[in-house]
This record gives sequence, C-alpha cells and structure tokens, in this order.
Amino acid sequence: MIELDDIDRAILRALSEEAGLSASVLGKRVGLSQPAAWRRVQRLEEAGVLAGTRLDLDLAKLGFGVTVFLGVKLGTKGRVSLADFERAVSAIPEVQTVEHVLGLYDYRLRVTARDIADFERVLRRRIMTLPGVGNVDANVMLSEERLSGPL
Amino acid sequence: MLDDTDRRILRQLQADPSLSGAELAERAGVTPATCWRRLERLRERGVLRGARAVIDWRALGYAVEVSLRVTLDKTVPRAFDEFAAEARQIPEVLEIQTFLGQVDVRLGLIARDLEHYHALYRDRILTLPHITDLEALMHVARIKTDETVPL
Repeated sequence: MIELDDIDRAILRALSEEAGLSASVLGKRVGLSQPAAWRRVQRLEEAGVLAGTRLDLDLAKLGFGVTVFLGVKLGTKGRVSLADFERAVSAIPEVQTVEHVLGLYDYRLRVTARDIADFERVLRRRIMTLPGVGNVDANVMLSEERLSGPL
Repeated sequence: MLDDTDRRILRQLQADPSLSGAELAERAGVTPATCWRRLERLRERGVLRGARAVIDWRALGYAVEVSLRVTLDKTVPRAFDEFAAEARQIPEVLEIQTFLGQVDVRLGLIARDLEHYHALYRDRILTLPHITDLEALMHVARIKTDETVPL
C-alpha cells in the first residue's frame, strides 16, 4: 500500500477540488517544482489512488430534478444469477451507481430522473422488470454534501 | 436552456472528462472555437461546475465502506443541523445526504478494517446527537460508478 506524506495529501485535496490542474499550478500550490509535482501525480496514478475524473454538473440545471436512492432486495435468491441482474441494471441510463451491499438490501442504486413522474416511469418500466427483483425501497434525496475524506 | 450542441459536448465530456479541447470538439462534431465558447457559457451558467479527481480509498488502505441510514428525532427542531454539524467533523465521513422517506439521513463512511469501523461506530457515530434509529449496509462491491446522466 502506498504511503502518503503531507505534500501528497495536499495534492489529492487540490485535485479533488479541481481535477484539471497543470503540474506547474499544482506545484506552486504545494511548494514543488513542476517536474516534482508531475512525478508525485504519476506515482498517485500508478498506485491507483487517483482513479479518474468525475464531472461536477448541476443536475437540476440540466433538467434532472430528482435523485432517488433505491434499496433492492432480490426475490428468488439462488435462482437468479447476480451477474444477470447486475448487467441489466447497469445498462439502465438513469441508474448512476450500483453497489452490492450486505444488510437489509442486496443492492443500492442511485437513480436520477427529470421529475417524480419520470422516476416512476423508470421504476415501473425498467427497475421493477429486472430479473429477480423483489422488494424495493425508495428514498428521494433532498440534499447532498460531499466531504474531502481523511486526507 | 441547453440545445443539442451543448448536450453533445457534455455527453462526450461526461464519457471522458480528460479529453483535451481539440479532441472534445472533434468528438462532438463542432469547431474548437465553438466548443470552447459553449463550455465557457455552461460554466458561467453554473451547469458545469468543474471536474473532480476521484480518489480510490481502497488504494489508500480503506477496505471497509458502509452506508449508515439514520432516522432522527423529529421532535427536536434543529435535529438535522446539529447532527450534520457533528457528522462533518468525522474525517472518515465522505457523504452526507438527506432524504424524504423512511430514512432521514445517509452517511457514507469508510474505515481501514472492521476493527477501525467498530471503533468509529462506537466512539463517533453512536455519540452523534438526535439519532432514534440506525441501520448499516456494508458495501461488498461496486458494480457501476460512473455517475453519468442520460443527456
């Protein structure tokens, strides 16, 4: 496992705010030369710590006013192939994330829709028709805050 | 409002946020100048808020990820604010979401291992104010994580 020092942590904090920073800008912020900053970023990428880039879009302004978290319980366990369910659910464009969980539910989905009526369409036509779906529990998201984590 | 060109640019950028301006323009089928102008406008209007690096916490030794679904005591007027203010102080809390539904708040929490999780749960989570019910979902696997929207 990769060990981080304070400079690595500062780099990760800066990039999780703004992914596209150049090595020279990043270097200035953390007190390194451009090549030294570049090498640090390379090392973090190679270690898999920097795992890609996510666009930060204002979904409401794009017309996606509703985000719902679904807890899905598979109905006929043992008879349904998890792989079939996972493949089918991942193919639904409105489904943003799929996580296999242990607890009250088998899967946790994050679903985005234009409005409640659109969500209902996705739920009825696409989610409830998935192979093996049993109980579904829906929670409509009101607000979200993402924090920088233990850096 | 967004037109088809905006949507095409965002769709391509969403698929690969690391694209250069020229590559993005080519994939979206517009000139680099148009592409740049459109992106500027999307930023000005707050549709495109930026791009953030995704940190893989597993690569940093955080092997455990848990969703904590919390119900709060609604007889206390400032229950949510007080709960959220204290939850924000826990470095291992990555996400705080509020909901309409059976669950009031969800905390996304990471820990190095089960022992660390247990310590966090006992010392930091159970001591949060105004909790009336608490339920944990342990994440087993991430199936889909791209968080894109169907534009």
